[in-house]
Amino acid sequence: MNSHTAILALEDGRLFKGRAFGAPLERTGEIIFNTSLSGYQEIFTDPSYCGQIVVLTNPEIGNYGLNELDQESRKPFIEGLVVREYSPIASNWRSEIRIDDYLKKHNVPAVSEIDTRALVRHLRECGAMRAVISSRDPDTRSLIEKARHSPSMVGLDLAQVVTCSQPYDWKKASVNLSEPKNGSHSKSPLPPTGKTLRESKGLFRVVAYDFGIKHNILRRLVDAGCDVTVVPAKTSADDVLTLKPDGIFLSNGPGDPEPVSYAVHAIKNLLGKKPIFGICLGHQLIGLALGGKTYKLKFGHHGGNQPVKNLLTGRVEITAQNHGFAVDPDSLNANDVEITHVNLNDQTCEGLRHRSLPVFSVQYHPEASPGPHDAGYLFNDFIRLMSNS
Amino acid sequence: MPRRNDIHKILIIGSGPIVIGQACEFDYSGTQACKALRSEGFEVVLINSNPATIMTDPEMAERTYIEPLTREYVEAIIEKEHPDAVLPTVGGQTALNLAMELHESGILKKHNVRMIGASPQAIKIAEDRLLFKEAMREIGLEVPQSGIATNTEEARHIADQIGYPLILRPSFTLGGTGGGIAYNAEEFEESVAKGLMLSPVHSVLLEESVIGWKEYELEVMRDLADNVVIICSIENFDPMGVHTGDSITVAPAQTLTDKEYQRMRDAAIAVIRKIGVDTGGSNIQFAINPADGRMVVIEMNPRVSRSSALASKATGFPIAKIAAKLAVGYTLDEIPNDITKKTPASFEPSIDYVVAKIPKWAFEKFPGSDPTLGTQMKSVGEVMAIGRTFKEALFKGLRSLEAVKPLRITYLADDELRRLLTVPSQHRLRYIIHALQIGWTIEDLRLLTHIDPWFLYQIRDFAMMQNRMSAMESFDDVSPEMLLDAKRMGISDRRIAHTFRIDENQVRRRRQEVGIIPVFKRVDTCAAEFESHTPYLYSTYESEDESDPTTRKKIVILGSGPNRIGQGIEFDYCCCHAAFALKDLGYETIMVNCNPETVSTDYDTSDRLYFEPLTLEDVLSVVDREKPDGLIVQFGGQTPLNLALPLKEAGVPIVGTDPENIDLAEDRKRFGALLSELKIPQPENGTATSIVEARTEAQRIGYPVLVRPSYVLGGRAMVIAYDEASLDRYMREAVDVSSQKPILIDSFLEDAFEFDVDALADNSGDVVIAGIMEHIEEAGIHSGDSSCVLPAYLIKPHHLETIRHHTRRLAKALHVIGLMNVQFAMKDDIVYVLEVNPRASRTVPYVSKATGVPLAKIAAQIMVGKKLREFHLPDELKVENYFVKSPVFPFNKFPGVDTLLGPEMKSTGEVMGSSDHFGLAFAKAQLSAGVKLPVSGTAFISVNDSDKPSVIKIAQDLQALGFRITATRGTAKALNTSGVKTRAVNKVNEGRRPNISDLIKNGEVQLVINTPLGKESRYDEKAIRSAALYHAVPCITTLSAAAACVEGIRALQQQKISVCSLQEYHPGKSVAVKSH
Repeated sequence: MNSHTAILALEDGRLFKGRAFGAPLERTGEIIFNTSLSGYQEIFTDPSYCGQIVVLTNPEIGNYGLNELDQESRKPFIEGLVVREYSPIASNWRSEIRIDDYLKKHNVPAVSEIDTRALVRHLRECGAMRAVISSRDPDTRSLIEKARHSPSMVGLDLAQVVTCSQPYDWKKASVNLSEPKNGSHSKSPLPPTGKTLRESKGLFRVVAYDFGIKHNILRRLVDAGCDVTVVPAKTSADDVLTLKPDGIFLSNGPGDPEPVSYAVHAIKNLLGKKPIFGICLGHQLIGLALGGKTYKLKFGHHGGNQPVKNLLTGRVEITAQNHGFAVDPDSLNANDVEITHVNLNDQTCEGLRHRSLPVFSVQYHPEASPGPHDAGYLFNDFIRLMSNS
Repeated sequence: MPRRNDIHKILIIGSGPIVIGQACEFDYSGTQACKALRSEGFEVVLINSNPATIMTDPEMAERTYIEPLTREYVEAIIEKEHPDAVLPTVGGQTALNLAMELHESGILKKHNVRMIGASPQAIKIAEDRLLFKEAMREIGLEVPQSGIATNTEEARHIADQIGYPLILRPSFTLGGTGGGIAYNAEEFEESVAKGLMLSPVHSVLLEESVIGWKEYELEVMRDLADNVVIICSIENFDPMGVHTGDSITVAPAQTLTDKEYQRMRDAAIAVIRKIGVDTGGSNIQFAINPADGRMVVIEMNPRVSRSSALASKATGFPIAKIAAKLAVGYTLDEIPNDITKKTPASFEPSIDYVVAKIPKWAFEKFPGSDPTLGTQMKSVGEVMAIGRTFKEALFKGLRSLEAVKPLRITYLADDELRRLLTVPSQHRLRYIIHALQIGWTIEDLRLLTHIDPWFLYQIRDFAMMQNRMSAMESFDDVSPEMLLDAKRMGISDRRIAHTFRIDENQVRRRRQEVGIIPVFKRVDTCAAEFESHTPYLYSTYESEDESDPTTRKKIVILGSGPNRIGQGIEFDYCCCHAAFALKDLGYETIMVNCNPETVSTDYDTSDRLYFEPLTLEDVLSVVDREKPDGLIVQFGGQTPLNLALPLKEAGVPIVGTDPENIDLAEDRKRFGALLSELKIPQPENGTATSIVEARTEAQRIGYPVLVRPSYVLGGRAMVIAYDEASLDRYMREAVDVSSQKPILIDSFLEDAFEFDVDALADNSGDVVIAGIMEHIEEAGIHSGDSSCVLPAYLIKPHHLETIRHHTRRLAKALHVIGLMNVQFAMKDDIVYVLEVNPRASRTVPYVSKATGVPLAKIAAQIMVGKKLREFHLPDELKVENYFVKSPVFPFNKFPGVDTLLGPEMKSTGEVMGSSDHFGLAFAKAQLSAGVKLPVSGTAFISVNDSDKPSVIKIAQDLQALGFRITATRGTAKALNTSGVKTRAVNKVNEGRRPNISDLIKNGEVQLVINTPLGKESRYDEKAIRSAALYHAVPCITTLSAAAACVEGIRALQQQKISVCSLQEYHPGKSVAVKSH
């Protein structure tokens, strides 16, 4: 096969041919699409995408390159990338590396010149499914078989794959892009400043479970005034409590929440002992720990434009989302648990809190990165919860 | 929050005539607002002086006032209608300024009218540069350093602090009129003086130059619950320094990381909250330094804008419609997304394609104008194109522009090329392509143009493809793979054909043979995440087609493309009406157009919308996919007409008048033969394909002659030649003659009266005369530039009868099915036919509004087989009262250009004035066009010898009306001897001061009547006209217009302001239209 050609084969037999870029490899994964217009770098490096081949609906990808400060973790976690057009030129004052070089360096195969809209419409109709990207195997039948034999997302514990091996402390706050000139920006609507990364001494001690945590969650916790210690996914409740935290944070992460039973167990032991805030997988794990059930969405929510209504305030937030599973609100005991946020597109559960215990969580990503900052207030809510406890 | 119930009746202010900087995007937004509010059960009262709009259709509001957009007239309407609220945010800067005037003068308070959408407070902060700057500082956002000056002294002081170059922006002017960049103290002095004069509040903002920075716009919406969403991000291809209306712009933003984009989004949200725009849309502009990312806020429009129209079309999110609903209390989450049906409007559209907007300019219409692009907008229209990549969108956009004569660059010296790249002009993109083709690097170009390297890289791909093709021997050498690559880049068949010097059809045939045909994809607001229920489509070269054509009876309507002088909103009006009328007959209507400003490109105007270039290639692709039962070319002006014959040859079923007959009417020889056969007089005429032939013909016909190329609209390159020397000059310089494109030479009927007739005809030979319009200016001035009146008021009945008779016979002879326009001239008791256009004309909306009969709708239904008699119309439509149409000119955007009118059309828009009295109708039309006729003061008169006898009556009348008369020596002498007390004044070229120009500048003259005197005084006349223009003194250049002015002045002196709605003019006549 032509060295420039890559084939994308889906488990249901649908095939797409395009031009290979990134690493000349073959990889399988669950294929999903993301509708964000910006932030491909943050998507590549979000550990929640572990096990997934990502289709970006924005047709022009790579335009502004990649840079160190926008990393969401140590490396890209996507299994493969599918785009309409990738840019061999990176144009931005912060750009350090081109997309092609970056993906090559990290062994991620990618394919461009794909009718991504046709692919997305297919996934919308048929749901997320397994797929393979290959620039090595020209035999389409064999590729379809490979897709069919790759592991299914349901029942897969990927948190233990991406979590850190050792606890560590996190100190960095958010990055500001341009230092204001005259320093009189106390009322700035923008995140706290610091072209040089600000080191902070926090007021609250937070232990953050790493199920695939994004750096921006950690940065936002630091911004809000927390001293953060990140711990591996399998850390026990006792070990967490030994660290004497003011609050416990449960991170986002890849895959199905159900097999992450060790975390559900730990959370059950932590409930009521310390304020808990969960995001994404963390939210699903809280749902399970509170006796609820989770289920797989047809093609999930992956993008930066999802409208969520905060039922407590009536306000609509435009949110960043990235999840394939959701908490079934009917499975929770309404006497104990209150649904706080709902997705206005499909009415799925986007947030909950316990009526008496200091526990709350959201399905979406208030830390954004990529995505809008509308829900940033939730970090302050966590601080308030810790202050009141 | 649900709909507010404390208001019931809402006044919507429209934007008035089409001018540079304020075009039909406000017809689009106003129409959406009217429809949205009425669908919510509100009573809508509308005021707009522009009759060529869909929004002023009597079905769009309970009460439609085509009246001057001035405080006095709006107050009269408020007194009559008692609205509860006024919506000022959908009618551009005009509506916003007018609403502020109503507020500040206490009129709104007096009549208990609330402002909805934006509060006076918010408008004031957003519009007042100083308050805005302070507000930005308070929320921690940077703005360029600046200061406001109200006189030259203050200006110098500020300039010293900021340094050069600096940008000047006069406060409260449209489209940045009078703005500019000063690179040195000399330029600065000149620009400050002009800016202070042009600003209605006599203040100028002086600003730190951020020229060369990246420029962005965000379209923001907010509801009463303080939910804010960003509808679209737009990145300018041309960096700061070129007005965004003159820039190529791209959606979504292409070169921002998420961090940078979100910072801008946060800032935009903070801005709309700080300014306090409670509900609706706003547009916020930012600049970013490409070197270090420093971001500054440039400005905010607290209203729906040109960019909102673009953003609506680019995303499928109907900003104006939603803004109107938010203004009456709904919140975003309560409004459904029309396209997906099941998701709410409280989201941010995601798009899976790229949109490019490209402006269209008309510098060729204004010889002597400065073609440099800067901070003052100069373009007259724009196109939008959608592609899956930036390249595809850009090159689809370029062919949408319908450049008559594409710029082909063969050789340019490096220095010259460097200059052409550095100084922004309408052709800069071509020079960029050229430079890349000859091997200049992206870095070279970035340094010269400051255009982002990412954009330059994309263009280089195209340049390389072009080079590869140019290097090939023949088209047969192009492989299918390469051809597909070229098509995916957006390269047209025509361009490929041009490269290989073959016919476009060969390229198409080859493409089809190897299976390279476009597919159509949907614009759905959500990047395919949800199913789209709206067939809003664009073509691209991909694997899957989702157009999903139906098997219904269907008609394709070709739109009119970008606005330009001579082809504007009137044709869009006709296309929309065709869609409405055919929908009513049960047809599926399919619109093809590429102008984002229009109502026709609203996805709910037709059943299906193809946002595509109006070229043979693109139209045939739509036809191949849709297989329509008919296609209409006669409503979109010259653009679709030019495609009529090739489409017919390709087997497309064109409905209405046969393209062969349309062609016959344009073909001078065949048409001349037809007129002779019908024994209808026409001016002596001939054609020429060379200078020698032209001389011979002109000699035979006799000077003066009218010369022009065939097949043009708007009198492009049309002149009156009084002698052989000027004819020679014209033949050498102005036109490109060949045997295929002969020059038409007509005897020019000096001092003739002109008439325009619109008529309807069907295939059974029935003809209805819709209107006989009398031009107020005499022959020699393009009909589009002449004021005209319905009914004709100074014509003998038997001449009218002749006009009717000729019209009917012409309609029959040309087998007109649909609309026809005939131009007549009358001289020495003979009625001549000047030209016949078997298609919708510019005057159709005006005549429709004056008669209360929707001509374009009837024409559309006739084209698909209905008979005229089914409409029960009289043989000739009656016009009660007087309706005057007046043109509006863009001269204030082109300083130094002579404002004298001639056979080449120069107006960008039109207004209508109406009354039961001719004089008042004329005065109102003039007022709407920005010419405020004086009721007292001094009139200056300077006319040529042949006009001297006739001007006496006018001078006498003016004197009787209380005017003092002043005149140049010759005219003064003639007037004084006739008993008109006249003071003589110095001419400019006499050298003695004070001269007439001084008097105008000192405000000592209130009216100028100046007919052209010939070459020797051209300098004087130009000085007088330009002084009059800048000091807003009415300047009348023909005697018939002067006579009309006298009538107008008399009416203004005698009558009180009176207003009358279309519904009152035509009670019970408005044709019921189902809600769209």
